[in-house]
Formats: sequence, C-alpha cells, structure tokens
Amino acid sequence: MNNQTDLIEYLLRLGDSALIQGQRLCQWCGKAPALEEELALMNVGLDLVGQARNWLDYAAELLDDGRDADHLAFRRDERAYRNLLLVEQPNGDYAVTILKQFLYDAWHLQVLSGLSQSSDERIAGIAAKAVKEVTYHLRRSSEWVERLGDGTEESHKRMLAAIPEVWRFTVELTSADDSEQRLCDAGITPDAAQVAAAWQAKVSEIFASATLPAPAAPSYFYLNARRGLHTEHLGILLAEMQFLPRAYPDATW
Amino acid sequence: MYAQLVETGVKRIKDLSEMSDQERAFQEKIDSEIKIEAKNWMPDAYRQTLIRQISQHAHSEIVGMLPEGNWVTRAPSLKRKLQLMAKIQDEAGHGLYLYSAMETLGADRDEEIAKLHNGKAKYSSIFNYPTLNWADMGAVGWLVDGAAIVNQVVLQRTSYGPYSRAMVRICKEESFHQRQGYEILLTMMRHGNQAQKDMVQDAINRLWWPSLMMFGPSDEHSPNSAQSMAWKIKRQSNDELRQRFIDQTIPQLELLGCTCPDPDLKWNADTGHYNFGEIQWSEFYEVLKGNGPCNQERVATRRKAIEDGAWVREAAVTHARKKQNKNAA
Repeated sequence: MNNQTDLIEYLLRLGDSALIQGQRLCQWCGKAPALEEELALMNVGLDLVGQARNWLDYAAELLDDGRDADHLAFRRDERAYRNLLLVEQPNGDYAVTILKQFLYDAWHLQVLSGLSQSSDERIAGIAAKAVKEVTYHLRRSSEWVERLGDGTEESHKRMLAAIPEVWRFTVELTSADDSEQRLCDAGITPDAAQVAAAWQAKVSEIFASATLPAPAAPSYFYLNARRGLHTEHLGILLAEMQFLPRAYPDATW
Repeated sequence: MYAQLVETGVKRIKDLSEMSDQERAFQEKIDSEIKIEAKNWMPDAYRQTLIRQISQHAHSEIVGMLPEGNWVTRAPSLKRKLQLMAKIQDEAGHGLYLYSAMETLGADRDEEIAKLHNGKAKYSSIFNYPTLNWADMGAVGWLVDGAAIVNQVVLQRTSYGPYSRAMVRICKEESFHQRQGYEILLTMMRHGNQAQKDMVQDAINRLWWPSLMMFGPSDEHSPNSAQSMAWKIKRQSNDELRQRFIDQTIPQLELLGCTCPDPDLKWNADTGHYNFGEIQWSEFYEVLKGNGPCNQERVATRRKAIEDGAWVREAAVTHARKKQNKNAA
C-alpha cells in the first residue's frame, strides 16, 4: 500500500458517504412534513451530491484508468462502495432521518475542518468549500434534534426509538483503519481520535439539550463499509440509483 | 398555465356607471396600470379570484415536485441529478413565495392546502400525468416550464402587486429550468443512441397535448376570463397564449429533430401562425375533475406527507413555546 492507494480509498469513502446520504434525502422529495423542510432537505442533498462529485472527480483522476466520477458513482457494485453504514440506512420516520443526518453532520464537519488544513491542496480546497455547507447542515440538524427530543411527548418517544436504530452504526465514525492512519501520519487527513472526541462532545451537548439520554459508546460491529461489507439496504438503493447507466452503458446523458 | 380555470363568481361585468364610488376608483386605478397592494380597497370578488388563482398556482408548484421526484433518485449522471435537485428546490421555493403572496390577501396557507387535500382546490392538470422515462425530465422542463413561462411572463404585469412581484422572481428561475430541460433532450437526440432518441419522441408524444391544455379552455368556453381581463389579473386570453407557445415551440421541436403528435399542425403563411389540431377537451375536463392518470396518487401523496408530518410540526411548535417560556423566565 502506498499513499496514493490510501488516498483513493479515502476519497471514495468521503464521496460515497455524501452521495448515499444525498440519495436518501432525494427519497423525501414531496413527502416532507412541511414545505420549508422540502426546501431544506433538497438543499442539503444538493450540497452533498455536489461534494460527492468533487471527491469522486479527484478519485477518478488519481485512478487514471479511464473511469470518471459518473462511472464511479453509477457502475460500482455494493461490494466496491465505501460509504458509511450510517448513511445507507432507510429514512424511517422523521426522527430517524434527523438523527442520521445529525450524527453524520457532526462527524462530517469535524472531518472537513481537519481536511481544510490538509497538506494535499486539492483536498484542502474542496474541504474548505464543503465546510461552509456542512456548518449549515449541522446547525439545522442539531436544531431539529432539539425540537424533536424536547418537543412533545410523542416526538420525544420517537427520538428515543430512533437511537437504537442508528446508533450502532456510529462505531465507524469513531475509529480509523491502517490506511487512514497512514494518511493522517502524512498530514493529509485529520487525526481520527481527535475527530471522534470532538464528535462525541457535540453529540453529548446536543443530546443533553434535547433531553435525550447519552447512549453508551458503540461496540464492535461485524459489518465494515471500509471493506465494502454493507447492510442489505445498499444493494437496493444502488439498483434504483444506477438503473439507467447500467441499462444503457454506451449512452451519453 | 398553472391556474387554468379560476372562478370569478361574476356573471356579468359592470361598466363604470353601474359601480359604486369605491368600485369605480378601483377600476380606474386598474385601467391606469397602478398596482393594487395588500392594504388597498378591492372588490371582494377580486380578492377571492386572486386567492383562488394564486393558491392554484402555489399548489401546482408543490404537486409539480412529485413527477420530478419520481426520477430524482434515478437521474443518470451526477450532473443531471444535481440539476434536478436544484430545480425541485426552486419549485418548493416558488410555492413558498406564492403562498406568501396569497396570504397578503388575508387567506391562510394551511386552510388553502387543506382544500387541495380534500379535493376542493385545483392545481395544474399537467401534473396528473405520469413521468415514464428519463426524457420526461427534459420534456417537463422544456414544454411544461415553457408553457408556464409564456403565461407567467404576462403575469409579471398582473394588477395585484405581490403576485406580480412573485412572478418576476419566479420567471428568472423558470427560464433557467426550461433551457436545462431542452438541453437534456438535445443531448439525448444529438449524442444518444436509438433507445434514447425513442425516449425523447415518446416523452413529447405523451406530454405535447397535456402541455397545450395548461393554457386552459378555449376562449369561447372560458366564462371567467372576461372579468379577469377587466381586472387585469389576466392580461391575455388562453388561446392567444396557447398560440404563442406553439409558434415559439415548433422551431425548437424541429431543431431537436423530433415530430409533433398532431397531424393537423401546419404553418399558415397568411396568419403567420401555426394551425393546429383540436385539443381533446373531454380529456382535459376529466383530468380537472380528478379522473386523470395520477390525480389520486398526487393528492394522496401530498395528504400523507402533511398527515405523517403532523407530529413533527407539533413538536416544533411545542419546542418553540418551551424556549420562549424559558427566555421569558
């Protein structure tokens, strides 16, 4: 393994997570609880798919095997996808959607802030732009966790029910593998332990103000999206998302 | 047009001599192109007609997200997905502008939306047609937004100030969507394979007539138009706008290399316009009555969104109240 291979893997992880989270938000189109939320969900999704394109463009350049960002997005199978398990989980009710978004945003902002200081200029540039967007995402999702957690009896109950549904997948947010450690040592990516600590602090803060109990640290989990071991949800999501480019592989759109 | 059939409740237009002083002052203002603003006196029928028209327009933006939402998860490239998401976001924004404009007339957003959900309020018939292939995303942008623009450009001069200003803002974004929609089709026709070209023609075949229906009934069957025109809510007749749309769209259709599903379409050198075939008015009225291909699904989806989201909105209200109490304490 060299830095180049590590870097490509890392870019896929960032890009795939943003893309899959964006795809999940697309599924809310026309079904949100208020018009303002229609607007916000599509706005956040748009930011994320835009970021995904930037990361995948860069990954494709480094791969230099003739594939472009679209090829990476629409022709890789689930075993080659590198997104966080958290973001591929179904939308569920609004409590699940908001909690997923918040846990991802809180992590994402820490990662991007670190990446905006990367020794890789291209990464630093993409991250600096994305930080502005994700700052907004996190503000919004934090406020919704508080509204729902500290809202009505029912909304509180639904938030409590959402936690066990998604919390176990956060184990991926708080750990690093060897490949990520090497990138960190090279000054390209932020330190995973610092990201994890800052993420945990943000989650504790918002959960407390939302009157939600702080869950115990997530424990070992068999699945591992870094190695393409996903839940059963991703395959179906990709079947839908990739249908056209797969059905017409020679087509230009 | 996003508001095809708007009742004015007026059987016969009064001339100036029959009007009260207030009515006459109002009509003279209209006649001299002075915009009516929210706090100005206006005839009740003018107010009610505008509430109906603007709410229909707003509902159309919101229901109009659904046929596109059907493909946003399946857009074939990242660029197309981003374009479609941006467009849907704009439509939600247009809905919000329009509901705000409507609220300046004293109407309540939630009440008007409830009318949509119980079938009492209309939205554009076009959104009751299904989107069946990717080219529909191009054809909706080009034809449907194109028809909406022809109508909305004129509505920028509508007599009610808040509606007119909403139209100015909306038109800028709509023109952008229309060009993007056309570009989707052009790309498929110029660089696509046979299957893609077939999709484009198929989309046009299915959406051509429904797009023409967006302008509403023909002038002779449009009893409410005369009053709307006298109030300068409407500035041009349904048939005039429809003709303008056809005249400007056929050259674009030819540039695509596609055909029009109208055997009677023919250039008329004497009039300088295209002659075109008879619209299926029975289909139009069935769709307006709720018997179109997707009427039930569209309304059910919107109703479910609002019903399923009730607990979320209640939580937001309750939380805001708690916060307010805390700040006051």
